[in-house]
Amino acid sequence: MYRYDEFDAAIVADRVAEFRAQVERRLSGQLTEDEFKPLRLQNGVYLQLHAYMLRIAIPYGTLSSHQLRRLAEIAERYDRGYGHFTTRQNLQFNWPSLVDVPEILEKLAEVEMHCIQTSGNCIRNVTADHFAGVAADEVEDPRPTAELVRQWSTFHPEFAFLPRKFKIAVTGSPQDRAATMVHDIGLVIRRHPDTGEIGYRISVGGGLGRTPMIGRVIRDFLPKRELLAYLEAVLRVYNAEGRRDNKYKARIKILVHETGLEEFRALVEAEYARLDGPSVDVGDQERARIAAYFAPAALQARPQAQAVLDRAAARDAGLAAFVANNLFPHRVEGHAAVTVSLKPIGAPPGDATADQMRAVADLADRYSQGEIRVSHEQNLILPHVALDDVPALYAALGKAGLASANAGLITDIIACPGLDYCALATARSIPIAQAIAERFADPARQAQIGAVGLKISGCINACGHHHVGGIGILGLEKNGIENYQITLGGDPGLDASIGERLGPGVAAEEVPDVVEALIALYLTERQSPAERFTDVVRRKGVAFFKPALTQTQREPSDAAA
Amino acid sequence: MSKPDTIILPAILLANDLRSGAVVFRTKADGWSRDAALALVAETQEAAERLKGEALAAVNRNEVVDAYLVDIAEGVWPPRPNHFRERRKITGPSAGPHAVLTE
Repeated sequence: MYRYDEFDAAIVADRVAEFRAQVERRLSGQLTEDEFKPLRLQNGVYLQLHAYMLRIAIPYGTLSSHQLRRLAEIAERYDRGYGHFTTRQNLQFNWPSLVDVPEILEKLAEVEMHCIQTSGNCIRNVTADHFAGVAADEVEDPRPTAELVRQWSTFHPEFAFLPRKFKIAVTGSPQDRAATMVHDIGLVIRRHPDTGEIGYRISVGGGLGRTPMIGRVIRDFLPKRELLAYLEAVLRVYNAEGRRDNKYKARIKILVHETGLEEFRALVEAEYARLDGPSVDVGDQERARIAAYFAPAALQARPQAQAVLDRAAARDAGLAAFVANNLFPHRVEGHAAVTVSLKPIGAPPGDATADQMRAVADLADRYSQGEIRVSHEQNLILPHVALDDVPALYAALGKAGLASANAGLITDIIACPGLDYCALATARSIPIAQAIAERFADPARQAQIGAVGLKISGCINACGHHHVGGIGILGLEKNGIENYQITLGGDPGLDASIGERLGPGVAAEEVPDVVEALIALYLTERQSPAERFTDVVRRKGVAFFKPALTQTQREPSDAAA
Repeated sequence: MSKPDTIILPAILLANDLRSGAVVFRTKADGWSRDAALALVAETQEAAERLKGEALAAVNRNEVVDAYLVDIAEGVWPPRPNHFRERRKITGPSAGPHAVLTE
């Protein structure tokens, strides 16, 4: 894992002291709310529906056990004993008092964490494949790139007040698990087809929200050493040309769309030619220094481990399901990355209690080199587990209420906090996720259905990534009642697609019925279990699924939520 | 000349406490309380305008943030906002460890 150097430590400590003074000035009345709001947002402090919310950056979703224990401590001491992991691989506390935030930031700084650039119109927390350094098909570990981008973008003076927020994701694998195509910039590490040199394919202008768009490839191959200068050129063009007159048209996707890819590319290339690249880029030595922090885990191949696990799984159906769904093959024989599902049936997706955080931290120390990942799917990952340790790990997770064997299945639902917490939300997300999960709770039925990718957002801002859900659910308000639009066929991978609306929205209580009818149609139509829900939507079209809506809609109800 | 906005009545004044962020209600005693049952209810346009003025003054005094009037159902006590967003705001989340299952 990356460790702070003296510069990192100093800038974080300085920021804590600065924000402490700002909070004091706010509380004493020297700063008005209008003056204070941009300052608190730059430190991750939002005012939500019931309370302040603090968003903590987890760069590229990588946590140490030490850091996770500190998050547990903060949850208990300053919040209400739990936290919420988000689709940007961050953690949110829902109940901190403003007066406590400076102290929380101090506690975070002690474990090399902060809340810087988790809000505001700046470059946000860089996200990456949660199986980085594990996946066998990886061209290169994306974390050194993500860390380099983090260092470049943190407090970048030119990009502190962009037209709108800016999100960058990195993957090193051809199986894009970081949703790069729906980011402002997506970086895919690849080899040059002729020379074999490692570099980047760069997409620009992807995004969700009220105007969902798939990113466009602006550079098919960029040499690795040129990354920061090229990013600087893209950001400069956006900073200069992006709209500032209308926040709904201010993201780079709108600029790329309105300018046209070719012209936008020409602007970027002209800027790139003008700027002094070597003064922005870092040399081989610095890249090697950063990469050294992400050296492959010191694991020995364990050729016998698979057989040990197989024997244990043969005796325990629960373990067998856990192995089938929650294990991802590790590049080192006899190991796996284990998904710790934060989606137990009936619980809010992505929530973990302080006790659960401590349990995962302890298990990471015992079984996974002290390392934890946060996935954008709102789960935790133990990336380096020996297969013969999985039975003991599974048992320990069970004691902590964390052994749900549903990773990637229909009950592994992404959901934003929605109107239960969020001041921007137009409808609730969590109860919808809970109701669907309860409807599909039967493990055998989940296994039969397979991967669906069900994602729920409580407003058009799409924090729950509903546009790229095989089944996407968007909560809106209609005539004073929560109402849910359903989209089908979204996909966050390299072959990304935006879901298409099924039809008119439905009432909250109808959503599980509609999902059930959709799944019934899918199961009838799919040619094999390998054909995913989105594959069937692509093959048959959304019209094929429309009966799911008409068959399940009830008479209009006057039951207000 | 445009007519002044009509406030839907009856209405109460909601805000978040500056220091804690907690949802608070303007009370009959010219203070703020977390207890909805203590909320001052504006039954007339004049009373509602006064509450609006108090909202601005309280924000300027740095007592609260995000203060605004909320219309409530008639004849229901403690007050029940007409819109589901504000009902949720005053009752708390409907899901999670601190769920409030009823409104």
